[in-house]
Amino acid sequence: MKTTRTTPTMPSTPEPIQHVMKLPPPHVAGVSRDPSAAEGIRDPIVRSQNLHLYYGATEALKDITLDFPRHDVTALIGPSGCGKSTFLRCLNRMNDLIDGVRTTGVIELDGRDITDKSLDVIELRRRVGMVFQKPTPFPKTIYENVAYGLRIAGVRRKAVLDEIVEKSLRRAALWDEVKDRLHDSALGLSGGQHQRVCIARAIAVDPEIILMDEPCSALDPRSTTRIEDLIGQLRGQYTIIIVTHNMQQAARVSDWTAFLYEGALIEFGPTDRLFTKPQKKETEDYITGRFG
Amino acid sequence: MRPRKATQRFWRQGEPFVWASGAALALTLSMTAVLLGVVLRNGLGVFWPSPVAEVELADGTRLLGEELQTQINPDTGVESVKFKVGNMEDGPAFRWVEKRVIRKKFYPPGAFVLERLTNMNYYGTFQDLQTPGWESTTEGTPAERLDAALAAVRDQYNQVVQPLADQQAAVAEELKSRLKYQILRAEYDRKHRLAEGAAPDADAVVRLEKHLAELRADEQRLKQKSDRLTAELSEKEANLRRNVAIFRDAQGREKPIALLDIVRYTRPNQMGFGSKAAHYGAKIWELLTADPRESNQDGGLYPAIFGTVLMVFLMAATCFPLGVVAGVYLGEYAKEGPLVRLVRIAVNNLAGIPSIVYGVFGLGFFIYLIGGQFDAWFFPERVEAGEPVFGQGCILWASLTLGLLTIPVVIVSTEEALRAIPRGVREGSYALGATKLQTLWRVLVPMASPGMMTGFILAMARAAGEVAPLMLTGAVKNAPVPLDSTFPFLHPDRQFMHLGYHILDISCKSPNVEATKPMVYVTTLLLLLIVLSLSSVAIYLRSRMRKRYYMRAI
Ligand SMILES: Nc1ncnc2c1ncn2[C@@H]1O[C@H](COP(=O)(O)OP(=O)(O)O)[C@@H](O)[C@H]1O
Ligand SMILES: [Mg+2]
Repeated sequence: MKTTRTTPTMPSTPEPIQHVMKLPPPHVAGVSRDPSAAEGIRDPIVRSQNLHLYYGATEALKDITLDFPRHDVTALIGPSGCGKSTFLRCLNRMNDLIDGVRTTGVIELDGRDITDKSLDVIELRRRVGMVFQKPTPFPKTIYENVAYGLRIAGVRRKAVLDEIVEKSLRRAALWDEVKDRLHDSALGLSGGQHQRVCIARAIAVDPEIILMDEPCSALDPRSTTRIEDLIGQLRGQYTIIIVTHNMQQAARVSDWTAFLYEGALIEFGPTDRLFTKPQKKETEDYITGRFG
Repeated sequence: MRPRKATQRFWRQGEPFVWASGAALALTLSMTAVLLGVVLRNGLGVFWPSPVAEVELADGTRLLGEELQTQINPDTGVESVKFKVGNMEDGPAFRWVEKRVIRKKFYPPGAFVLERLTNMNYYGTFQDLQTPGWESTTEGTPAERLDAALAAVRDQYNQVVQPLADQQAAVAEELKSRLKYQILRAEYDRKHRLAEGAAPDADAVVRLEKHLAELRADEQRLKQKSDRLTAELSEKEANLRRNVAIFRDAQGREKPIALLDIVRYTRPNQMGFGSKAAHYGAKIWELLTADPRESNQDGGLYPAIFGTVLMVFLMAATCFPLGVVAGVYLGEYAKEGPLVRLVRIAVNNLAGIPSIVYGVFGLGFFIYLIGGQFDAWFFPERVEAGEPVFGQGCILWASLTLGLLTIPVVIVSTEEALRAIPRGVREGSYALGATKLQTLWRVLVPMASPGMMTGFILAMARAAGEVAPLMLTGAVKNAPVPLDSTFPFLHPDRQFMHLGYHILDISCKSPNVEATKPMVYVTTLLLLLIVLSLSSVAIYLRSRMRKRYYMRAI
């Protein structure tokens, strides 16, 4: 289903995907090494070190050590249930909302450990925005949806709000479609527009990082294309970490890709290389569609 | 072979169950429809003037009245007709007459139906006027003459009697609600000072006694004034009462009826549709705006309507916020565990407790405990005098009792509505850096509001129709509207009338069940209409909220 939706013939499809699919599976020797050191990530914004996460007694994340490069798009891929969402939700402490979650290890955001219990999660979530799989606009007007993060942060001046709402909607490539009905309910928009409202809403509070958890999996191909284009435009201004189980999508939008399998990080590297010359047997099996 | 297969299929497809549930639905709907039909037919017809028949019986007696119903005695097969003949002071107001003894029946065009302040209706024909108070013409039709006389007597009443009555009422009010309690207070204070061991010539005691003496002098003066006014009033009224209209009943007896006693009259046998409709409108207006008279058998229901609506509003104002807050706590804050589960079960079961139990609870808790304590602190002198303020049934305690009765519905529906909100919406808010409280107030509560409204509507409909708890907590047979021109204008410490209680009162406790029957239907209809309109407003609000906060499944 997913693959037919986002066939490589889509107009927005960037070049790499074509030859990824055509190339024969590369022949790799399974040598373990520190990916970030090897790939030379000089200025990581987020560093996860030996992160373990437990849902009660079950270990959902196993010793994940991974650096995310600043201002790039990093894709997290892996079969369903491998812990992509769980990992993503560690980065803005969304797992705090679930009872019985316990983590060990360190996640540093610009050198500050965000797993620290004394950390201000409100502040953290303003710096690390998130877009969910299922678009969830609030039952408010389009304007109020986008202004929500600002309002709760105490911004009241109308001029400021107006300006930021417009800017965010423009960046989310939604302004032209909704500029005449900003004060209509956001619930009346289409699914793809909902997701862009959610992106605009996340952008409005000016985060440094935007986490996206399968942002297109509930959308039709047209809307998917638009969101992918949008990610391309946001690259460079924001650090984007996107979870997807659609490999073509990962190849199209990301600079870096991390492959997770059964809670462990198997491989991390530049997207081109990971898809063309995977270093691990599991990665190769996964991207050639032999399992998952 | 074939038919058997067909029956098998019939059972397997569940056809009988479809039919059974359809039939059950039809049955309940038709029962409701019959109930509504009966109430509407009887309630709406009460005020429509019906023709007045004169019958001559075999023994020569004549009756004048409205034909109400016909009944056949199942044993003897004799058919009887019930007539409403009014004229209570001369005999029974309702008469059963066997059809076979009716010799003649006709509808005299000149028959009058008088609605009177006392003794209900009078049926008769107009004879003459005796108006010592003024010159009255002998020209014109009976109706014209009567109209002129009624207008004149009302004029005089308004000029001469009404000002006196107003004055008298003001003096009485002053005596009753201000001076009486001030004197009680001063006496109480003095007694306690002395009991505490103060010397009778101590400063404070002397001051109190002086104050008391002033108050008593004031009281004396006002009492005298009141007596003087009362005497003058009754003299003036008696004077006016000497102006009478003379009517003759079917038997030919003449009867002077004081013009002052006539509220309005009709001549149904010669009224056209227009004048009947006008009369109907006037009666409805009276029903909605006037006080009851003749021990609730006649007149209006304004105090009962007001009491019912005010009580529902007070109930809503207390139970809705509390219920929502409790529901939000249970749904969002309370940590799931055996205690919370127990609380939830308890709340659910609260809705099943018989309402009279709530009445008893309200009596014990609100009236005796809270009200009694309040009085002991602030109005000890009135407790001693046996006239408690909050230590007796009143509209406040009745509303709170009903609030208690309906709060579980609000709690449960609030909790359910919050639980139905998709998890993603909460996460979306938290992910933008919202706190729990911000998420709750800005997103969750608005989204849950239609669900809360549902609970509110159910609560309101139940509260408006509930009678049992009210009997113990403040509804009475007859009370003025708890709203007047003295501070604090709205008096939550007053007893009140309620439509539901009114139905009970006039249908079961009235000495003259026959006469109150129309009023029972009218009151029932009115209560249904009020519940219906309150619910409609709430349902309208809910549909607007739904439209605003409707979450599309994506
Ligand atoms: N709230 C939870 N409680 C317990 N286990 C969970 C919870 N959420 C996810 N898991 C488990 O953690 C593993 C990873 O889940 P998830 O991160 O959602 O996978 P992915 O997003 O890669 O599909 C799965 O095995 C899932 O069953
Ligand atoms: Mg997931």
